[in-house]
Order: sequence, then C-alpha cells, then structure tokens
Amino acid sequence: MPRSKRQVWLTFIALGMMLALLPFAVDFGLGRSWLRIMDLALLYVMLALGLNIVVGYAGLLDLGYIAFYAVGAYCYALLASPQFGLHLPFWAVLPIGAAVAGLFGVLLGAPTLRLRGDYLAIVTLGFGEIIRIFLNNLNAPVNITNGPQGINQIDPVSLWGVSLGKTHQLFGITLSAPHQYYFLFLLLTLLVVFVSLRLQDSRIGRAWAAIREDEVAAEAMGINVRNIKLLAFAMGATFGGLAGGLFAGFQGFISPESFNLMESIMILCMIVLGGMGNIPGVILGALLLTVLPEALRYTGNLQRAWLGHVVIDPSDLRMLLFGMALILVMLFRPAGLLPSRQRKRELVAKGDVAVQEQASVYDAKR
Amino acid sequence: MSLLFVENLAVSYGNIKAVRGVSLKVDEGERVCLIGANGAGKTTLLKAIVGMLPPAKGSVHFAGQSITHKPSFQIVRLGLAMVPEGRGIFSRLTVAENLAMGAYARRDDAAVRQETDAMYQRFERLGERRNQPAGQLSGGEQQMLAIGRALLSRPRLLLLDEPSMGLAPMMVEKIFDTLRDIAARGVSIFLVEQNARLALESCDRGYIMASGNITGAGTAATLIDDPAVQEAYFGA
Repeated sequence: MPRSKRQVWLTFIALGMMLALLPFAVDFGLGRSWLRIMDLALLYVMLALGLNIVVGYAGLLDLGYIAFYAVGAYCYALLASPQFGLHLPFWAVLPIGAAVAGLFGVLLGAPTLRLRGDYLAIVTLGFGEIIRIFLNNLNAPVNITNGPQGINQIDPVSLWGVSLGKTHQLFGITLSAPHQYYFLFLLLTLLVVFVSLRLQDSRIGRAWAAIREDEVAAEAMGINVRNIKLLAFAMGATFGGLAGGLFAGFQGFISPESFNLMESIMILCMIVLGGMGNIPGVILGALLLTVLPEALRYTGNLQRAWLGHVVIDPSDLRMLLFGMALILVMLFRPAGLLPSRQRKRELVAKGDVAVQEQASVYDAKR
Repeated sequence: MSLLFVENLAVSYGNIKAVRGVSLKVDEGERVCLIGANGAGKTTLLKAIVGMLPPAKGSVHFAGQSITHKPSFQIVRLGLAMVPEGRGIFSRLTVAENLAMGAYARRDDAAVRQETDAMYQRFERLGERRNQPAGQLSGGEQQMLAIGRALLSRPRLLLLDEPSMGLAPMMVEKIFDTLRDIAARGVSIFLVEQNARLALESCDRGYIMASGNITGAGTAATLIDDPAVQEAYFGA
C-alpha cells in the first residue's frame, strides 16, 4: 500500500494530538487515579522496551530485569532525598541512575556470557533477587537504603525550577502533577522508542539477531559476540534504570517490595504477549498488562449490576481472569498480539522437513 | 610463505587427545583437502584453526601472523572464512539477511551490494528465494547459502567442513563444481571431507588424518592411486 509523505505526516500529527489530549480525556472521564495508572503504563512501556533489547533482539532470557529498575530508582532516591541530605538536580540524577544501571547490566552480563536459555534465566533470576535482598538489608551496620522501610520524601522531578509535583497553570489550563508527569514520561518513552527503532536496523541490531539465532555462526561472521552481548545487557539495563529514576521521582517513595520477582515476570509477559522483538507489539503488551489488571478491579461493580450482589471477590477474580487472558492469547496468537517478522516466519515455516525433502529432489533434478 | 601454516597443533577435550600434534599448510591459491574417517579429529582441528577451540599446544599462522590464540571473530576479519559443519545457517532470517551477515565486518556497502547481486546470479535459487527464511531452503540450497555467505566476507582462504554431508549426490556434484569455480578466482580452499574420492578429485593436495594424527600426505593424484588409501577410504 503506497502512502504519500503527506499522509504519513497527517497520521503523525493526529497521533500526536491524540497523545496530547489523552490525559485530559482520561482525567475527565475516568478520574485522577486512572491518569496515574497511565503514567505508570508509560514507565512500563520503557521497561518493556528495555527488556525487549535483551530478550527480543539478542535472545538472552533475563528474569531479573526489575533489578535495573530498582538500581535506577534507588540511585535517584539516594541522590535526591533527605536520606543523605543530598538534593542533586533531576538532570544530573537521572543520567547517573541510568548509567549505574547500565554498569550493573555489564556486571550481570560478564559472568553469564557462556550461559544460554534456561541456565541464563536461573542466574538472572538470582541476580534480581540478590539486588532486592541487598536493598532490603543495607540498613545495617551503615544505613544506606533504609531497609524494608524504603526511602521517603524523594524530591519530585523538577525542571528549570518548575516542580512537577505541584499543580501549575499553563495558558489557562490546569496541569496537575500526574498531567505533567504524563508529558515528561511520554517524551522519554518516545526517545526510548526512537533509540529502539534505530538499534533494530543498525549493524548492532543485525549482530544481535545473529547471536539470537546461532551464536557460533555469529562468531564465524566476524561478530564480537562477547561485546555485543554485553552491549545488549547494558542498553537494556540503561533503559530500566531510566524508568526506575522516573518512578522514584514520580512516587516520592520506594521500597524493596516494589522490585520483586513478580515484576520481572510481568515485564517479560508484556513482551511475550505483545510480540517479542516487535516495538509496536511490546508497547501494546506493556499498555495492556498495566491497564488490564487495574480494569479487572471493577468486576465487583459488574457483578452487582448483573447478579445483584458480589459473588466472587474482585481481588480473587482479578488474577484469575488475568491468567486466563494470558493463556488465551498464547493459545491463539502464540507469537504475540503483534508478532515480529521473524516470529511470523517461524510459525509459517511449519512442516519444514517435508518442504526440504521435496526441494532436495527438485535440486537433484535441476 | 604459506597462507595457512599449522605447526604441531594439539587439542584436548579434558583427558581425551583429539588432535595430537598436527602440522600442515595451505599455499596461496591452493586447494587442499583433509580426509579421514569419522572421529579422526578433523572437525576439532578445523575449530582449533579458526579459534573456536583453544589449542593445548602448537601454533597456527595465517598470512604471516600468528592467530594461535586470537578469538574467532578477529580471525574471520583477517580473511579466513569458515563454512561450519551443518552449515550454521540463521534459519529464521531471510536469505538476504543471511548474506548480509557474511559481510558484517565489511564497511564498503556498495561493493557488498554488487557482490550480493552477483551471488544471486550465480546461485539462481538463492536469488528467487532471497526474501524467504533460510530455514525453508533445501539442504543443498542451504549449503550454497553458507558458501555464498562466507564468500561475502571476502576471504583469502575458505575452510569447509563436510560440505557434502546429507546431500543428494547430484547436489554434491554441484557444490564441488562451485568450489572449483571459487578456487579458480583466487580463493584458497581447505576442505575437510569424508567423501575422499570426490575431495581428492577436486583438490591439488591432500592430507589423511586418523586418530588425531596426519598419517599421509601428498598430491591428490598420488593419493588417489595409493592402494592403501583406496582400500581405506574409497571402499567398495
């Protein structure tokens, strides 16, 4: 389908307008709490895109990805809160958090270079837990992380002296804190999307694809497998750290509890469900899996409307329905809702053996 | 000075000595084959040459410099390409993407594009199927793809591990025709094969390997006529 440049631009403008108006519509229609959920959803989009680099592009199964989110969040919290009395500016703290997370990515990547598949998954799972347990226990003998109590009163994000934690008036429009965070997160999400897109089509992206398919053959192509793998871990972790810093500033409070294994699994689910390796798929997966569990809280009202009273407690029903949704998607769209090209091909390529044998006969005749 | 010079190379898997002090060489423009039975250590030797296995002792020189302890990816960039056993195709990537991987280390995009087009003309079937996943190609086509991909790294020496394995006899003929063609254009070839007769017929020289040692060497013509070789490797 040929599309003119003008149509592309019009689509972009329409999409931009929609994204700009969305928070106001949500705030008006569904309320402030849903606006906060949207802010969180954008953080999860960033996280999912980060993990997508590691799992989707490079094919390295990472079950401890939330650790990098935690590192980013704690970096922000320690450098901009009363914990140490430090209040560094946002533009310094966020890159530091992302960089430290990236460093942790290399730290995790280096010892696991020779591991693949299940083995790598187990080690990364352990790594995620180690980070969480450290955060939980680094309150003695020297109090660094404040242990399970977490860190309070984290400075809200502040840009050019404007604190996003307060309500502001702009051109007669009232912008609450969640509104402002929405726009900041949206901007950074777009940046992450842009970087992901560029990486996908770059030499590095091709090298990741080669490693994902066959590491030995990749090495035989002249690809420095070790460095390219470390780069995947580092890039993924950097995105995670970025999202973590934003999360700390947005919430104002963090504790180790927010960074448990379930969160890692959830992010992995987002990319698997959405379509591993495919950016629109990953975004869709992240949005769905953030919004769906929240929306399922409302089953109580539905039950009351249909049946007159609440039969099953919504909090029980919520995870049940959520699990069922996951199973159904995987049954009917095993490559994800919006699969990547390669995944699609893989599924088409069933009955390969028969095709190959026929082709061999064909070869021989030619 | 030989292009590839292997001296007293030994490789062990734990206590098992798979290659026990092998010396051989390949000169510029030469086609050399290494024949031997299953388990003789041929593949191990190849892997050690290209840096995929660490040698226990000995040395490997390529184009005048030592590559004994260099990592694989650097060796490839020096101009030594390998077509691994079982072809090592990226089966979920397309034919075109596979070929592009072969040129990964190169920066001269225009020349790469030109050579890729030439490749499609040479191997028509690859051209027809350039946008299909490589996993859907037949065995013979995959072998062609593996060879084409290796050639796109512009090697001075092409190492092939059992290119005839699992292929129909006519396809094998075709692969060997291609190899002769490649050699005629100045790429040296070092070929590991179980199909001894075919290998010797299309090479200048040959080495015979058994239980980790080189047990015979000579020009292809003398080896073909050697009764011991005939009995051991040509079979009935």
